[in-house]
Amino acid sequence: MSRLSIRKVSKTFPGHKRNVPPTQALLPVDLEVGDNDFITVLGPSGCGKSTLLRLVAGLETPTTGEISLDGANIVGAGADRGVVFQSYTLFPWLNVRQNICFGLREKGMKLTEQREISDRFIAQVGLRGFEDHFPKQLSGGMQQRVAIARALANDPKILLLDEPFGALDNQTRVLMQELLLGIWEQAQKTVMFITHDIDEAIFMASRVVVFSARPGRIKTELTVDLPHPRHYTVKTTPEFMALKARLTEEIRVEAIAADH
Amino acid sequence: MKLLVPVKRENRIVLGVAFFIAFVALWWLITWTGAVPKHFLASPWQTLVSGWNLFATQGFTHDVGMTIWRVVGGFVLAAVIAVPLGIAMGVYKPIEAFFEPFVSFARYLPASAFIPLLILWVGIGEAQKLTVIFIGCFFQLTLMITMIVSGTRRDLVEAAYTLGCKDTGVIRRVVLPGAAPDIAEALRQVLGLGWTYIIVAELIGASSGIGHMITDSQALMATDHIIAGIVVIGLVGLLSDLAFKKVNQHLFSWSLLR
Repeated sequence: MSRLSIRKVSKTFPGHKRNVPPTQALLPVDLEVGDNDFITVLGPSGCGKSTLLRLVAGLETPTTGEISLDGANIVGAGADRGVVFQSYTLFPWLNVRQNICFGLREKGMKLTEQREISDRFIAQVGLRGFEDHFPKQLSGGMQQRVAIARALANDPKILLLDEPFGALDNQTRVLMQELLLGIWEQAQKTVMFITHDIDEAIFMASRVVVFSARPGRIKTELTVDLPHPRHYTVKTTPEFMALKARLTEEIRVEAIAADH
Repeated sequence: MKLLVPVKRENRIVLGVAFFIAFVALWWLITWTGAVPKHFLASPWQTLVSGWNLFATQGFTHDVGMTIWRVVGGFVLAAVIAVPLGIAMGVYKPIEAFFEPFVSFARYLPASAFIPLLILWVGIGEAQKLTVIFIGCFFQLTLMITMIVSGTRRDLVEAAYTLGCKDTGVIRRVVLPGAAPDIAEALRQVLGLGWTYIIVAELIGASSGIGHMITDSQALMATDHIIAGIVVIGLVGLLSDLAFKKVNQHLFSWSLLR
């Protein structure tokens, strides 16, 4: 049972120099994410959606409000919240297996157990045969698959993804979406996924949270009732198209607002 | 020649050797034509013969050994303190704020200017030589390591925190392995700096060492010995540099991947 609860959370970054006013990145936000929920947070660039994720991850502290996971308040980063970043953050001096075992080793887990778990996730993200490769020897998509495996191997209560496929080419991105969705359908994890891609937001989500332009706040929430397991062909169904048309309109207004 | 296009390995060796040959040829030409008198500049052949004699009959091996010992000794002392200090300064900003202004100031103090003082303080023995090398290397090295550690990728540090690391875990498992190749490279460069200071230290108040031999030869107008000494310094420096480079490449092969 994992329940993420965000109550009246806002974030203001102080101006670094004199005469630079503080930046309000996030207006007070309320959001509840239930057990095994897959929510996507959709919004234009710079709307503060990544800030929200960093607050949940514990990499930033909220200016106001509280975030709790299973009733316990979040203070600082921890292994109970796995994060996949947009930039490639594999440790370049460790090979694929060592990267996936990074958190397990920190817990002091036995080597045989580490091996068993890493084997399972290497297989799940389709990287058998690449165990001994170093990050620089992998493509961007493969690196992000390792990053997902590394976060999942830690068995976090919630998985946080910050535009993880943003830097990938379109074809790879679609394959990665299917891979992640497949893992979620099997493993049942609570997931919070940040994106600015409408297709991506609908395809994977059980609920889409739409953010306004900066300062960010939640504008609308949309439940996605498409059946599971989802196949990529779902993107051509009328239900999907209707959701997409609606979200496109919502985002367009915000993008115009952000541009002015 | 095209802009920024690398040369083939064979061509690079040929080009590199070619300049050495041209250099020696010019040197030979100057001495052979008598443009410069022999007692000011010995010919390449004369220098080679004298160099051989230095090793064969005048116990020059001992001098070279002493010089190497002093450089390495002073350098190791400096590294043993500078590496942990630099890491602490890079990671903990208050420690950096405390030491950095002084270290930056001390870096510009020329180590050779301390020699007269050091002779007063610690005499003309080995301690003086080691201290000169230490002063010459320590401050430079500390600042370089501080800078390298400060440049640790923040996203990797954040990733480590989200994977359950605490501060010590982040230092041990992210900061140190990430900075290690650059720290090794800084050590290699500063060792080269040590070589430039040792000769100055040995010019004054030494009874052995390459610098000592050079001062003695100056009194005798033996330019062949002086040049042979300088060439030996260059060769030993080059060899230690190559060895350092090889070890670094072996230890940190991941950082060379493209």
